[in-house]
Amino acid sequence: MTDAAPAPRPRSQGRAIWDQFRTHKGALFGLIVLCLLVLFVVIGPLVWQPEKLRVAEALKVRNLGPSWRFPLGTDQLGRDMLYRMMQAGKVSLAVGFIAMMIAIFVGTTIGVLAGYFRPLDGPLMRLTDMFLALPLVPLLLVLVMLFRDRIAGSLGPETGAFVLIVFAIGITSWMQAARIVRGEVLALREREYVLAARSIGAAPRRIIFRHILPNVISPVMVAATLGVAEAIITESVLSFLGLGFPPDFPTWGRLLYDGLQYMQLYPERVLWPGLAISLTVLAVNYIGDGLRDALDPRIRGR
Amino acid sequence: MLTFTLRRLLLAIPTLLFISLVIFLLVDLAPGSPLSEIPLTVPPEVRQKMIEAMGADQPVLVRYLLWLRQFFWVEPATLIDGWFGTSLAGGEQRILSWQTRSPVFTMIGQRIPQTLTVVGTAYLLGVLIALPIGIYSAYRQYSWFDQAGTLFAMIGFSVPTFFTGTLLIIIFAVWLPWFPTKYDTNLTVTDWQSFVQQVRQMALPVLTLALANAAAISRYMRSSMLDNMGQDYVRTARAKGMSERTVVLKHVLRNSLIPVVTVIALGIPAIFGGAIITENLFGVNGIGAALILAIHASDLPTVQTLAFIFAVLIVLFNLIADILYGLLDPRIRYD
Repeated sequence: MTDAAPAPRPRSQGRAIWDQFRTHKGALFGLIVLCLLVLFVVIGPLVWQPEKLRVAEALKVRNLGPSWRFPLGTDQLGRDMLYRMMQAGKVSLAVGFIAMMIAIFVGTTIGVLAGYFRPLDGPLMRLTDMFLALPLVPLLLVLVMLFRDRIAGSLGPETGAFVLIVFAIGITSWMQAARIVRGEVLALREREYVLAARSIGAAPRRIIFRHILPNVISPVMVAATLGVAEAIITESVLSFLGLGFPPDFPTWGRLLYDGLQYMQLYPERVLWPGLAISLTVLAVNYIGDGLRDALDPRIRGR
Repeated sequence: MLTFTLRRLLLAIPTLLFISLVIFLLVDLAPGSPLSEIPLTVPPEVRQKMIEAMGADQPVLVRYLLWLRQFFWVEPATLIDGWFGTSLAGGEQRILSWQTRSPVFTMIGQRIPQTLTVVGTAYLLGVLIALPIGIYSAYRQYSWFDQAGTLFAMIGFSVPTFFTGTLLIIIFAVWLPWFPTKYDTNLTVTDWQSFVQQVRQMALPVLTLALANAAAISRYMRSSMLDNMGQDYVRTARAKGMSERTVVLKHVLRNSLIPVVTVIALGIPAIFGGAIITENLFGVNGIGAALILAIHASDLPTVQTLAFIFAVLIVLFNLIADILYGLLDPRIRYD
């Protein structure tokens, strides 16, 4: 997973990065945990098929504790918690990854434009500063509240909620990436090889894609990893405040929110989703930490 | 320093105007506006009257300027009138909540003490926990204490506050009935007994917020201490024969605190945002809870005003952090 990451280059570099990455115990732990979690939500639903219950049967098995039939028990409507955890995890992780990709795409584009084209630098960075001053949580809540019904009307409640939340998180978290990329590009564009490329008449587009972008990949990857964690937390905050996903299309945050009412009687219904969120974020943060060390050639000591 | 401060103050104005415009337009142009939520059984002429009464039939620009005027002129003027008995505001229309028909700022004024008590105590406690951890972690780098501190910080970053909060409730309020699960806003501290009760009900929300903040600040403290530990002046101080205590707690700590102080200032607006979650979880009746209430009730003026207050806090504390940095560190005078 990691050694293939930094662009198609000779294998030796990927090898060196992987070797450095492996020495970071936390990062290795994070990678293993994240892989397990991904397996759990992707392979899990294929392996674990809960029995199809009719409504009358489901009502009889409400609020059960863990058993062989329902390893994590059932919820207040007699639904299998293990299966719901898998479903919810799939959505949570998907939100995290896709929102991160939007944020990185927007951030990199703005960062490169600001760093490479001087006249754009001022306006774009001022825009970034202004976005950084926006109160994000209140704004996201307002966005979701105002646009939920309209988008649900045109895309259906499930896709609607997904598109809205992913998009909202994506366009409010690109600022860090933009700043990092701009800084890197500002330094790179003064390097001799860029000058050489320009002197043989390469177009800006070619210089950017061929010479600059491959060199900003390392910091962008670290920012992307941490962005996944950020996006998962933001989504679960929205769900936690009741402004996220609908209950029949849950995420881990939504499961936790649903479990809150039953917290006194069935605390495990809050614990499992909460643990899942925390473990994912912890794993992703550790991976980001390890990647930062592994992708930095000065630390790698070659 | 003065010119720098003035320049930053001037720069803050367009930023605030931009943010206010974004917030206003976002809320105003959205499809789910409360005008569409007037029941269809209401006759058209009554509907028209309701819309007029809310002032929603004016053009966007007019409403935006009116809102700005209310926010920046009428409200402060009313506040000054209230303090000194003047009549600056002259009975002009204030920002009214659509839920209660009362001025939004009156509601904020009632609720902000709740938020400040909980959030303020939590931040203070967080800083008080974080600084010693950071200092000792740096002083004994790579010791078991440092490793534990790193783990603590990593967990503090990763576990979202709503989960730490629920965990604390389950452990300390449900299993061990030491603290109440809900915060009682009506409690007034009059004697020792009610004071103890107040402390008990504040314990869990404050701890939740404090842990999250302590994690981040302790990391900054540690790395700032490490930066300074290897400096020449530290070696000089040791060579002069000063006690280890003086070297670390006087020379190194003072210099290391400079960036940490700005980080602490920068973190204050974020903690108001984070308090939205904690307030909802524990039922603290502060401005975060008010925001959620207003959002669920589609109370646009309250939402706009509260969101804008959060933005003002961010801009203000960014400014304070910048100025503090210049004041504390003579090497970084901006002019």
